[in-house]
Amino acid sequence: MTDTLSKIEKRTAYTLLLPAVFLVFAIVLFPIFANIWISFKEVQLKDIRIPEPRAKKIVKIIPEDKSKLRIVYRLRNSSLIQDINNIKFSDRLPINIEPVDLDSRCEFKSKKIICNFGNWEAGYKENFEILIQNTINKEIDNKVIKDQKPKLSGDADNILLTTKFTLKNFKNVFNENEFLDLLLTTFYFTFFGTIGAIIFGMFAAQLVNQKFYGRTFMRSILLFPYVGPVVALAYTWTLMLDPNSGTLNALLVNFGIIDKPINLLGQKYLILSLFGFEIKLRLALTTVIMFEIWRYFPLAFLFILARLQAVPKDLYEAAEVDGAGPFRKFINITLPQITAILSILFMIRFIWNFNKFEDIFLLTGGASGTRTLPINVYQQGFAVSNIGMGSAVSIVIVMLLIIFMIIYFKLIGKRADEV
Amino acid sequence: MKYKPLFIYLFISSVFLTLVSSIWKIMATLQGLKLTEINLNINFLLALFLSLAFILIGKKFNHLIKIVILSLIFTFFYILINEGAPIWYNIGILLICLFFTNRLKNYDLNFLREDFISEKIIFDFLSLFAIVFFAFVILFPFYLMFVTSFKTQAALLFDPLDLSISLTNNLTETFKSYFVIFNTYDFGRYIYTSSIVSIGTVIITLIFAIPAAYAVARLNFFGKTFLSTSILIIYMFPAIVLVIPLYTVFSQLGLRNSIEGLLIVYTATTLPVAIYMLQGYFKSIPKEIEDAGLMDGQNWFGIIIKIIIPLSLPAIASVALYVFMIAWNEFLFSLMFLDNPKTFTLSRAINHLTGDAETPRQYLMAGSVVVTLPILLIFVYFEKYLVSGLTAGSVKG
Repeated sequence: MTDTLSKIEKRTAYTLLLPAVFLVFAIVLFPIFANIWISFKEVQLKDIRIPEPRAKKIVKIIPEDKSKLRIVYRLRNSSLIQDINNIKFSDRLPINIEPVDLDSRCEFKSKKIICNFGNWEAGYKENFEILIQNTINKEIDNKVIKDQKPKLSGDADNILLTTKFTLKNFKNVFNENEFLDLLLTTFYFTFFGTIGAIIFGMFAAQLVNQKFYGRTFMRSILLFPYVGPVVALAYTWTLMLDPNSGTLNALLVNFGIIDKPINLLGQKYLILSLFGFEIKLRLALTTVIMFEIWRYFPLAFLFILARLQAVPKDLYEAAEVDGAGPFRKFINITLPQITAILSILFMIRFIWNFNKFEDIFLLTGGASGTRTLPINVYQQGFAVSNIGMGSAVSIVIVMLLIIFMIIYFKLIGKRADEV
Repeated sequence: MKYKPLFIYLFISSVFLTLVSSIWKIMATLQGLKLTEINLNINFLLALFLSLAFILIGKKFNHLIKIVILSLIFTFFYILINEGAPIWYNIGILLICLFFTNRLKNYDLNFLREDFISEKIIFDFLSLFAIVFFAFVILFPFYLMFVTSFKTQAALLFDPLDLSISLTNNLTETFKSYFVIFNTYDFGRYIYTSSIVSIGTVIITLIFAIPAAYAVARLNFFGKTFLSTSILIIYMFPAIVLVIPLYTVFSQLGLRNSIEGLLIVYTATTLPVAIYMLQGYFKSIPKEIEDAGLMDGQNWFGIIIKIIIPLSLPAIASVALYVFMIAWNEFLFSLMFLDNPKTFTLSRAINHLTGDAETPRQYLMAGSVVVTLPILLIFVYFEKYLVSGLTAGSVKG
């Protein structure tokens, strides 16, 4: 009895889960593994379209004889790099209409012109002509003929499914002089973006945790940067920071703080001299990090505020009795209470900033020293059109991610009880 | 008398007053006022005198009389020192001053003798300044976006500092950018596509996620622990590593440039978090209620429809709003999959506008307002639900 019940339960569970699990497997897990396959292939963007035979039908009227029509098919191989084999062609003719002197590759059978064109090499083109006539000498309606579309089929190799593999992509990824720079940029971006967002989030949470007039309003607007669409916000920032007519530069020049507008998103280095030392600041990267902090501190704020509101009030009262000032209270009570959430936030945000694509792409497109690993996936895959290379970079990202996740779950496993 | 708290008070309060009046000056400049000097030093001295006078007078007078007189004196000197500005600007200075002195109500020489007074002063002013700072930093880009969309190209190039909205122009002139993006750039269609995609994603995600979450929360089956951990892990994988394989497969299947393709991808990428959020809530529903349903002869379908869904409407609302927000704001997949203007979503359409360097920026900003406004309104209206959705789902973002 219990056996059958648990069996029913199991079957129900699998039925309920199947649609969701199938979809996630197909769209999320499959691509991660497909990346491995593609990264070992030499594939360009233009290769991924399967070559197909195409025909454009043109009907030409013969003015002297209305009972005849000339049809021209412009035949071509859609691919410029791959052959197509075993091409079959068919086109239907209306009743009482027959072709005259049909090409030897074709035959007329049950109102259909059927042709066997054999093989077309890459870039093949041909103008294929047929003369048709009405068997009862009436005028042919050329509209009917025009509306009938020819059918073509052929076999071509799908370059993604062949078993030719190469290590070239990975060699290129790691041999690139820029790989180290790429990795370093990604880590700068990730690390400072994460730390900055957490620090600002902590300040904001500390602030909203007090009572003041307009507190609910403040809590709402603090989340605006996170809720707003990245496209709109990134372009607004681009506009604000524009060197020619941006507000920020205009303000700084107006108040005489700088002499010349600074291209905050387009200049790779800014040379600062502090106490006789020359510091090379990566300007565009810093600006992008600022945007990142601005957009994601609300999230840290939300988490930390939730934690702060759960801290028992009597802890602070006890501290007050013991004669602790606001600073001591923050260091000795608030901070220990929120370290757990801070470390979790750091890990999660670190992983997510590491993968951040849209923000950098929209602000700088990866120029002026802001090229991170995710940007490189896009550039290799779609700007250089080398799908194989793009996949190889994706694999590098996945590998690093797995390492981060192992660390994350080890740390969280220990911390889970404290949260 | 310890002098340390006095000095800290004088320094901090002067810095604060100087900063706030400078922010006011910057904002006034952005309304088209031609102010070119910040005069930090002299304004700091002025603020210092005000703070000193305030603390020395102490509680000898009525508070109200005291702050009005002090503010008037401060404003008078401020006008003398700083260049000529219109009356509304100076009234602003007076109001800032009143606000500031009113804030100092408790402060007199006795107050400065309290324990930990230096720290208290620092915390007090720091949080006051933080309110101004955060509000300014967050709202400014939104304000800029909004105002730019009402400007003309000529006005923008002539004076990038003039961010005032002129009310004297006629309405068609002011809303010109909006007319243009709807008539010339076909934004009506994009709004429609974006709404269909976002709402469609929400519906399909819920249809798939509710049964799955119920199974994970309630039923026993082989591989349950594995499944619930892998939901989280899968969720951690970013869109950028999925993009190339999906692009190739979708190209070959002819799913690019189609709304169906976007719906499939959006649903699949939001499903893990939806399941994760819902199953947590389902677990909190007492099992006895379901047992009662079982007694009545309901099958799992009846239980989900008649018991689980009505009881977890708040959680479902959170998930729906969160998924809607993700789908509405999504950019990467729409960039990759859509290159036919007929299938563009709003985000993709705005990105497409920038592809042409000639596109005037006020059109770009009008488009940005069109994409931002709905999501902000939804957020403000449903804040409670969306915030709990964000907290639960924001391992991603």
